[in-house]
Amino acid sequence: MISIIVNGEQRDVDVAPDTPLLWVLRDELNLTGTKFGCGVAQCGCCTVHLDGVATRTCVLPVSQAVGKQIHTVESLSSDNAHRVQKAWIAEQVPQCGYCQSGQIMAATALLNKTPHPTDAQIDQAMTNICRCGTYGRIRAAIHRGAAEA
Amino acid sequence: MESPVFDRADFIRLTGMLGAGLALAINVPGCAPAAGPSAKEFAPNAWVRIAPDDTVTVMLGKSEMGQGVATGLPTMLADELDASLQQVRIEFAPPGSQYADLKMGMGPIMITGGSTSIADMWIPLRTAGATARAMLVAAAAKQWGVDPASLRTSDGVVRQEGSDRRASYGSLVAIAATLPVPANVPLKSRDQFTLIGKTGKTAQRIDVPNKVNGKSVFGIDVRVPGMLYAAIARSPVFGGRVKSFEATKAKAVHGVTHVVQVSNGVAVVAKNTYAAFQGQRALNIVWNEGPNAHLNTPALFAAAEELGRTRKNERVALLKGNPGHVEGRVFEATYRGPLLAHATMEPQNATAHVHDGACEVWAPTQGPTAAQEAAAKAAGVPLERVTLHTTFLGGGFGRRLETDFVTEAVEVSKAIRGPVKVQWSREDDTQHDFYRPMSVNNVRAVLQDGKVVSLSHQVVQASLLRRALPRLMKNGVDFSSMADVVDVPYRIPNMRVTYIEHENGIPIGSVRAPQANWNDFVTESFIDELAHAAGKDPLAFRLAMLPAGSRSARVLKLAADKAGWGEPQRPGIAQGIAHVFWGGTYGALVAEVSLQGKMPKVHRIVTAVDCGTVVNPDIVTQQSQGAANFGLSAALSGKITIQNGRVQQSNFYDFTVLHMADAPPIEVHIVPSSEPPSGIGEIFVPPIAPAIANAIFKLNGKRLRSLPFSDALA
Ligand code: FES
Ligand code: FES
Repeated sequence: MISIIVNGEQRDVDVAPDTPLLWVLRDELNLTGTKFGCGVAQCGCCTVHLDGVATRTCVLPVSQAVGKQIHTVESLSSDNAHRVQKAWIAEQVPQCGYCQSGQIMAATALLNKTPHPTDAQIDQAMTNICRCGTYGRIRAAIHRGAAEA
Repeated sequence: MESPVFDRADFIRLTGMLGAGLALAINVPGCAPAAGPSAKEFAPNAWVRIAPDDTVTVMLGKSEMGQGVATGLPTMLADELDASLQQVRIEFAPPGSQYADLKMGMGPIMITGGSTSIADMWIPLRTAGATARAMLVAAAAKQWGVDPASLRTSDGVVRQEGSDRRASYGSLVAIAATLPVPANVPLKSRDQFTLIGKTGKTAQRIDVPNKVNGKSVFGIDVRVPGMLYAAIARSPVFGGRVKSFEATKAKAVHGVTHVVQVSNGVAVVAKNTYAAFQGQRALNIVWNEGPNAHLNTPALFAAAEELGRTRKNERVALLKGNPGHVEGRVFEATYRGPLLAHATMEPQNATAHVHDGACEVWAPTQGPTAAQEAAAKAAGVPLERVTLHTTFLGGGFGRRLETDFVTEAVEVSKAIRGPVKVQWSREDDTQHDFYRPMSVNNVRAVLQDGKVVSLSHQVVQASLLRRALPRLMKNGVDFSSMADVVDVPYRIPNMRVTYIEHENGIPIGSVRAPQANWNDFVTESFIDELAHAAGKDPLAFRLAMLPAGSRSARVLKLAADKAGWGEPQRPGIAQGIAHVFWGGTYGALVAEVSLQGKMPKVHRIVTAVDCGTVVNPDIVTQQSQGAANFGLSAALSGKITIQNGRVQQSNFYDFTVLHMADAPPIEVHIVPSSEPPSGIGEIFVPPIAPAIANAIFKLNGKRLRSLPFSDALA
């Protein structure tokens, strides 16, 4: 048994310690908001917060998340009240939506650290892939989220 | 007023008559509750149900893969119904001929592709909404004993003029369900639209709220009781077969429960996805690689060029005038296009449960009827014993028109006698795609007095239709290979367009704006070459060959105007322009480009689009931006290469795609139009590459005749 803290709750899971946190969240805890896109830390679909830091979980053994605060997209708010979710809705960012949990978690971490990011800082922090090409609206939503802080 | 196409026979009036066929067994958040129609609902036709609580459930015969149909389609129905989008719930329709696509001309199949959804459903959904509205009005008239002509509707409410009588639609469903279904209900005139063509909060996408909190259910998120997870090792060489395999190591992986052979390879089944992937890697398989083991990209191009030269089996797709006998300055060029993968953000997957002579499938599919057929075949059960649930799609781009992932899931479920989800890794997805065909295009033009008097265009490509829909081949021509070649908008008196089929063993399919996404690069680059050869401005050169006031001319002028075409640019920056025609829609795109080392940098994109009547302007803008970025991704670095029959790329580190830092601002300008709506989901994929190449020519005088630019500029 491995014990981790997900969205403020202690969860015990029976998996091999090298199992990536992504699959623990999705398959064991049924937190399917966090997505799988590449498995090699390239796309960012699997981004969650680990002690507040945006982290790609497809390459993170669950054993390394023990004792840390893990926050997934489900923790932001279920009624879309979080300012980043609101900004995402106002800018109508999502198309297929598959990458957006990861984008939102990456953006939230960025805004927590850098309340008013420049375009260059956004380029640097937001390396998540969106195959639907929503980049322009993600950028606009981050600026909007910053303004509404 | 437009005339409705439905007649009485098309309507199924009472909910009970719809039967269990509509029931969805999974609860897709953001969609209607799982149960399907309840006995108390009013269901005047296959498309809409209204519940006593005022909920309007709209059935989607199209798949939502990001393109916005889950909002655009209900908008058309709700407008005629005089309901608000906020009271609408969506439900993905089960396979059935009542939900078939009428526009694609492929028979009674449900398919989402070719940018046809809005055009296809423009009349049927509005008619469905108008008919339901008429019945609700009749119900109110009956209840109040008043003349229906005195009643008005808006936002889901019937009111009587000059009285305080009002009734919500939900309160009228019981009476409405007892009334006859009227035929030939008139549709609104354009000035009566309340939702169609509108922007702002009331026109926001229905699917967005659940896409910002992780609640949307994609194929990968499906979970059914007792479900196991599977990964499949497939032949690294196209068409190869398992000769033998050894599974001791795979079975030793913690969590692996079964290893079974299926037609596509060897499946490792486990208690979670990670264990399945690990088991997949631990398999030891000897492959019978078959005839494709010798395939190599350079040799494939050489073979295509040889076919072009010898003109073996060259078929004429279009002949106009006498292109062989025109005097003037002759220009010839060869363009070479690479294979391209779809790389949908959500890797392929499907979930299946075969049991008791029946089969249940959950799949992110663009073709529910084809998926149902594939499932029936794989399960060995009759079609009507297959229940298919369409989920949200994490991107489609044509990849999910295929049914390979459905067949796999059904085969594995059958073998293990239980429910299973087959999940592809990104490597599986990159290496077992149905690719955009590689292409060799030979073009030849004759210039007289600065005008193109003759144009010949020979396309050498593998045929998409040969595999998918052979009956649509015409005289050996695959017309899907002719997009933006036979239909160039320019008035050229002598033209010859030919097709040579290059069958070569590589599985090919539809990639967003299939074949236009390559052919338009050739057409619009070559026109640009000719403009420069004629010493003309590329925009003026194009306009001179277009009928004044044509839709093509209008979008070109609008894009150029908004981009400041012809005005001085900052040093090191040039503009290139390109036209595109796809899905009945006209587009023009201007790219502002500089060269940074050996790569182009796009600073700004300006588009103009004429897609007829606009149902949702913000989605038109969104799709234009998304499609341009998709095309930009392919233009900059998108390619698949083959060595010894194997795909050389495997994941996003070697099949590289566009990131935020390289995504330029994209302006979208919409031409106001009262034509019927046409497609928007793909239109700006094709013209971005030629616009960039045309700008690069201005910068360095180099004409790039192949993609991607990462190779062409190397
Ligand atoms: S799935 Fe983790 S970065 Fe792509
Ligand atoms: S919205 Fe589809 S991949 Fe980003």
